[in-house]
Amino acid sequence: MTKGNTVSIRGLTKRYGGTAAVDDLTFDVQPGAVTGFLGPNGSGKSTTMKILLGLARADAGSALIGGVPYRSLRWPLRTVGAALDGAGFQAGRSGTSHLRALAAASGIPARRVDEVLAEVGLSQAAGQRAGSYSLGMRQRLALAAALLAGPAVLLLDEPLNGLDPAGVRWMRSLIKEQAAQGRTVLVSSHLISEMALTADRLIVIDRGRLVADTTVDGLAARGGGSLEDAFLNLTGGA
Amino acid sequence: MDGYGFRDVARMEWIKLRSLPSVRWTLLLGMVATAALGVVAGYNTRDAAGDPTSNMLAGVVLGQVITGVLGVLAITGEFGSGMIGATFGAVPRRGLVLAAKAAVWGATFLVAGEAAVLAAFLAGTALLRSGVPHPSLASAGVARAVLMTGAYLALVGLMGLGIGAVLRHGGASIAVVIGGLFVLPLIVGAAQHGYGRLLPELIAGNSLAAVKPVPGFAWSPWLELGIVALYPAVLLTAGGWLLARRDAG
Repeated sequence: MTKGNTVSIRGLTKRYGGTAAVDDLTFDVQPGAVTGFLGPNGSGKSTTMKILLGLARADAGSALIGGVPYRSLRWPLRTVGAALDGAGFQAGRSGTSHLRALAAASGIPARRVDEVLAEVGLSQAAGQRAGSYSLGMRQRLALAAALLAGPAVLLLDEPLNGLDPAGVRWMRSLIKEQAAQGRTVLVSSHLISEMALTADRLIVIDRGRLVADTTVDGLAARGGGSLEDAFLNLTGGA
Repeated sequence: MDGYGFRDVARMEWIKLRSLPSVRWTLLLGMVATAALGVVAGYNTRDAAGDPTSNMLAGVVLGQVITGVLGVLAITGEFGSGMIGATFGAVPRRGLVLAAKAAVWGATFLVAGEAAVLAAFLAGTALLRSGVPHPSLASAGVARAVLMTGAYLALVGLMGLGIGAVLRHGGASIAVVIGGLFVLPLIVGAAQHGYGRLLPELIAGNSLAAVKPVPGFAWSPWLELGIVALYPAVLLTAGGWLLARRDAG
């Protein structure tokens, strides 16, 4: 959890067919703060995260974690914990088995699985098939996988989807706590009001391009005090 | 702290294999079907000059479908569900993931396949009619035929895994497995042509499982087993190459 765990995106470009999903994107995510990653649906947030995780290949530019590409991490899950939108697990397998498999690949003892299941409040359902989980429980399982190996960097894609109000509050405080412990935390969302409550810094993108790299107050000032106005102006939704 | 290696990845794949109940039941079903069909085919052997061992191994016609399909699902199930993102997140070296899958699933298929053909042979011989010869595992070529047929089931499973790694889509991959096993021999009209000894499904019945030589399959069963093994070798190599180069979702 040193300054070496900065996430840096430089000139990142990814095209699908003729259109650029990510277009010459450059920004940093610093440790010790929650960075909100904002943009309308389809603006390139998930694609950026996939490239960061080595799941998709960039056409140009770089996406580095602590100065190295994800693929060259020795124990990836000990450095980066990610919860991507979408399933990320198989329906027939229990939450416990899912996490045990990931723990095995990361050289993490199996007892850590029970610990992290308790941390995310999933101990009761841990033995059930993950296919039977509610959307909120799936978010908790995804978060458990991200926290499993105690990473220095957390990448969370729309972690609040499907959570009830109590769940949202719980997730928000957990995210803040992770940053307060010195972790680098990048949280994507399309909910500006929620990011105002959770994030310290904001990266706003639109059609794959950076439109703002600022603080919550800095963004609000651009909208005459309204974050929503500022966001919609920047992203052409006004 | 020197980083993950094959052992760690194989452990992950083993936990994943064991923790899907559907895999266990499907594999068991395949073993029972292989043994049961073999016993029936053995019981129906009436020709005193026939090859009862080969007949008792006929159940692999069903068993190969099960291992082939399970091999496909071992990887396409991860693409379909998004699990592949978690797998490649833990192990970005995708070729290593495929190698570990091949080792773990291949070993499982081999144990299950050998158990199924041994059960078919042992139960089958006990129920053979009195007029036909009763082979034993000590008879010339019999143990070889039984063990090779079990190994064949594992090789078909690995073919499925390779096809799944290339196509990444379960339905399409299963169609290719079934087509390759059953339809291709029909198209080639293999019995008439010389190419039958290059097609896995025909090699299994006419060479690997045969104790008495079958016309058109004069090559050694060892050579034929090697030909069958080339299929998964090529498919897995292609699959690993493609996995490493394509986006994972």
